[in-house]
Order: sequence, then C-alpha cells, then structure tokens
Amino acid sequence: MIRAEGIEKRFGRKLVLRGISFTLQRGGCLVVTGANGSGKTTLLRLLAGLAVPTRGSLAVAVDRSRVGFLGHEPLLYRELTALENLDLFGRLYRVPERRERAGMLLERFGLWEVRRERVATYSRGMTQRLALCRTLLHEPDLLVLDEPFTALDGDGTALLERELAAVAEERTLVVATHEPRHVDRLATGRLTLAGGVPA
Amino acid sequence: MSGYAGDVVALARKDLRLELRARDTLPAMLLFVLATLVVFHFALPQGSGDVAAYGLLWVAIVFTALLGLARAWVPESAAGALDGLVLATHDRSAIWLAKSLAALAFLGAAEIVALPAFALFFAPLDATAIAGVALASVGICVVGSLASAMAAAGRGREVILPLLVLPLSIPLVVGGVGAGISPEPEKYLLFLGLYDAVFAILSWATFEYVVTE
Repeated sequence: MIRAEGIEKRFGRKLVLRGISFTLQRGGCLVVTGANGSGKTTLLRLLAGLAVPTRGSLAVAVDRSRVGFLGHEPLLYRELTALENLDLFGRLYRVPERRERAGMLLERFGLWEVRRERVATYSRGMTQRLALCRTLLHEPDLLVLDEPFTALDGDGTALLERELAAVAEERTLVVATHEPRHVDRLATGRLTLAGGVPA
Repeated sequence: MSGYAGDVVALARKDLRLELRARDTLPAMLLFVLATLVVFHFALPQGSGDVAAYGLLWVAIVFTALLGLARAWVPESAAGALDGLVLATHDRSAIWLAKSLAALAFLGAAEIVALPAFALFFAPLDATAIAGVALASVGICVVGSLASAMAAAGRGREVILPLLVLPLSIPLVVGGVGAGISPEPEKYLLFLGLYDAVFAILSWATFEYVVTE
C-alpha cells in the first residue's frame, strides 16, 4: 500500500525530513510519534499527496481521491454550515447519496442538532468532530490522521477509538499522535521521529 | 451536472454563497470603483478628451479587480479549506476555474455599476468598448486567480499580488483602451481574445503546481 524509501523534504534551505523509509501493507496501521517539530505533519502531508518529497521515492498505491486526511486545521469553510460543508466535499468526492451519508455521520458524531449552524460558531471539539465527518465522508481506503484526538472530550475520544477500530479492519491507517495509547492496539508498525529523522 | 463541470459549478456557487453571507468583497469593490470615478471626474481638467478618460476607466477597473482578487482565497486560507479542496477534487484545475468565474462575477457586477457611471461622468461607451472591457475582465480574472493563489501560499499577500498581477495586466489595459478608442477596434478585441485563451491554458496547466508543496 505505502512504500517509502529514503524520503527527504526541504522547504527552501530548511531540511525537515531525512532518511525516512518504511513499508505499510494494506489494512495496516502505522503510528507516528515524535516531539513537536519532529516532522510528523510534513510526513503525513507527503502521504496524503499535499506535498511531494524533495528526494527519495514514495509510492502510495491508492488514488488521491481515496485518501482521507485530517490535519491540524479542519479543512472546512468556517462560514458554511456543517451540512453545506459536507455536501460540497461529498459532491467533489463523488459520494453516492452524499446527503444520506452526511446525515448519518453527523448523527453518529453528535452534530445533527447543529447541522444548520455555521462552523464558525462551533467549539474546537465540535469542529474536530465535523472534520472527522469530512475525513470519513467518502469511505477512504487510506486514512491519514494528524493528532485526531486533539480537542475531543471523553465521549468524542471513545467514539473516535471505536470508529478507528471499525475501519482499521479493512482500511489502511497512518496516525500521528502524542497519545499513542489510543491507537496502540491497532498499530502494526511504529515510526518515531526526532528532528526530522527516525529516532 | 456531473464531472468536471459539476465540480466547477459547485465550487463557484460556494464562493457566491460565501459572499452573499459575508458581504465583504463586492460592496468594497462597488464603493471603490464608484468613488474612483467620482474623484477622476473632478480631478480630470475640462477638455482632457476621451483618451485620458478611457485610461482612467482602466485604472479604476484594474484596481477594483485587485481589491477583489486580494480577498479571493481568504475563505480557503481561514481553516485550511484549500487542502480539503486539493484532496477532494479529481482535477485540481477545477478549483482555479471556479475561482476565476467567481472573481469574474464580482468584477462584472462592479462593471455593471461602473460603466454607466463612466458614461455619465465622461463619455458614452460603444459596443466594442464594452466588448473590450468584457474580454479584458476575463483575462484579469484568469491571471489574477492564479496569481492570487500563488500570493496566498506565501507571506506578504498584499505586496506580492499587485507585483504579479499589474505587469500581466498591462497588455489587457492596452487592448481595452485600444478597443475603446481605436478606429480599428477588431484588432484589439482579437488580441484580448488571444491573451485570454493563452493565459487560460497556462493557468489551467500550472495550477496543480501552485497548490502542491
């Protein structure tokens, strides 16, 4: 599913990733850990197709439109409602029966009652829940999640743990987190970064 | 509507919906273009002629367009929405095309107000002059949407955008003024049409690289 060999990424003169190599089979779960600024987010953006390596080879055997990416930011329009956001992204992802799928996710993540309110009025935790709805909307084959448990309360964390356990059976997961205990039992591989290189 | 065209329509409709909700771009463009024409009306000496007036019309149009383009990617920058679009669209150029169409809609709305005001203050506009404005507006929005995306990706958007757009707008201003005052406006209209086609193809082909790190 994913084969990375000697990946290097620079932004101008700044080297942010170096010597990253790993293989992740379909259905596997790679847990990426490391301190702030260690290169986790950059690695995940490379895997999602939002950036390209400066050196090395990265083969992701899944179409870009089949990747679900959750970043530091929600990747949503703050002035649109939850329904409008999911309808737009569902349209772009060509989700069949997107309104039903959006409604089902909003209900599952506890946002059905506020579906017609603008995202700008949501709390950080609600925004994160909606971002998860967007990430799962098109039932992606590869899930790339950057700190998915950020801002979630106890219920939200438990819900996400259940969701990940359910999807991990048939989908490939890459999760960057400071709290690996949430995904420990799903992990089939681990990568710890320090200063942009494997620790 | 499905496929590429459906994506473009959905994205352009989203921009119009955001503007209807926030009303932070179009009112500013309308006020700016009207205020500029009023100031020019009093600043231009009596008997300056139509040529000078046409030049001032283009100053107003180009800077009004810049005002709109400077805000074009603000909703995408606010919460990382551009990354979401980049991941979701099957062809990333649909994002640029939709943004160009939305920018053209805003600029067109400003021109619907500006052209009658220009005719009132300065000189009447004939059909070829209006065609020149329409074709040049397409060019400004096509190039401007790409340049605006490039500027939004880096720091100093307000400085970089005019540096990118103004030099590329000079041929459009020449063509637009020529279509309004030349005895052979067809040549200028053809030139504007060619400019639009060439830069539309260039922008369509390069947008992918603008939004990928």
